[in-house]
Amino acid sequence: MAQTVKINVTVNGKQYEREVEPRLLLSDFIRHDLGLTGTHVGCEHGLCGACTVLMDGEAVRSCTIFAVQADGHEIQTVESLGTPDNLHPIQQAFIEKHALQCGFCTPGFLMTLVDYLGDNPNPTEEEIREAIDGNFCRCTGYFNIIEAVKLAAQKMASH
Amino acid sequence: MKPAPFEYYAPTSVEEALATLQSLGYDGKVLAGGQSLIPAMNFRMARPAALVDLNKVKELFYIKPTSDGGLAIGTMTRDSVVEKDPLVSERFPIVPYVVKHIAHPQIRNRGTFGGAIAHADPAAQIPALSVALQARFLVRKQGGERWVNAEDFFMGPFMTVLEPEEMLAEVVLPPMAKGSGASYQQVSRQKGGYAQAAVISVVVVDENKRCKDVRVVLFSVGETPILSQTARKILVGNVPTAEAIAEVAEKISKDEVDPGTDIHGTAEYRRHLVKVLVRRGLTEAFERAK
Repeated sequence: MAQTVKINVTVNGKQYEREVEPRLLLSDFIRHDLGLTGTHVGCEHGLCGACTVLMDGEAVRSCTIFAVQADGHEIQTVESLGTPDNLHPIQQAFIEKHALQCGFCTPGFLMTLVDYLGDNPNPTEEEIREAIDGNFCRCTGYFNIIEAVKLAAQKMASH
Repeated sequence: MKPAPFEYYAPTSVEEALATLQSLGYDGKVLAGGQSLIPAMNFRMARPAALVDLNKVKELFYIKPTSDGGLAIGTMTRDSVVEKDPLVSERFPIVPYVVKHIAHPQIRNRGTFGGAIAHADPAAQIPALSVALQARFLVRKQGGERWVNAEDFFMGPFMTVLEPEEMLAEVVLPPMAKGSGASYQQVSRQKGGYAQAAVISVVVVDENKRCKDVRVVLFSVGETPILSQTARKILVGNVPTAEAIAEVAEKISKDEVDPGTDIHGTAEYRRHLVKVLVRRGLTEAFERAK
């Protein structure tokens, strides 16, 4: 029998107690065990940024953390941001600026930006480029994403 | 599941971690930030029998000033913490500048200062930085400890002097000498990507602007960080003229580096980069020296 470990994790404000194998990645735990499929899995080795979530408020890649390591920590996924009727300002800005096409990378961008704009509410274009340098988008060419971040910063400032 | 099965230990103190490493011997592997180890495990390139996770060992996360004007950094201090720490910027402005070049924000939120050193990736910034700044490493094991100079620590790609039961516990940066200047130069294909060639230069000048000491450390162009002897021979005791710097850059690129060829660039191209980057780096470091 493989070793299992009991973990207690808060995801999007809800507490979960689960038995997991130590080798289970946090990304797979979120998707398969909790059924929260908003977190997307791309490269699974820390390059593409699609699986970015917040751990204790900081953007991290959920594919390079084991679920056991989230024990006692607080995770936020894209499901925590907004609802279809009440989108988060960053989500709304992505729609208005056409900052996505296929949408696969979008949850990772959104979670990276929630952390970033929280700490840096008024970034320059250069700073925005640095903030998203760990997220790949293969559709947009990034131009509209950068425009969306500028708009999101404005929206969040006037909130 | 992607990684192969392993036994998992999550000690909450250094003593417990060292006892676990001692009992596991060659089966045990320390898990720090995991930003290199876990990807390697996802590919099953790494299949450790047991992981000793240090993320719950709170006493390993710290940045402390030392009384001589240096710093002591706990091995588990996250890169993003080092990058944003005011005391680090004040005492070692080169450190946050270099750390900012490590991968991406999400990785720096998780990756650790000590983990990068113990992992000893030849393309990693922190091992080279520690050699350039003459760092000293506190290496602990159950019932014992030793100090190792950064220069003596790296044995080859992903190889260090650490024994299986040992753990890198603390990194001490001695104070920058009066009259110091530093520079970091790298070329990579994209922001956050591995450097094709990179150099950290730390110089010290006297009141007459003569070079008292120079540490040029190259990485991503050999098996370990490379501390240039040529730079010392040519520059120490002299005023660093543009001609002297050009000579150093030329010689280093010819004699002291051993770059490889891959799909991103040829060895010849990387030697060329070394020449350009050493020249730029030394010029900038001497301009900054005061």
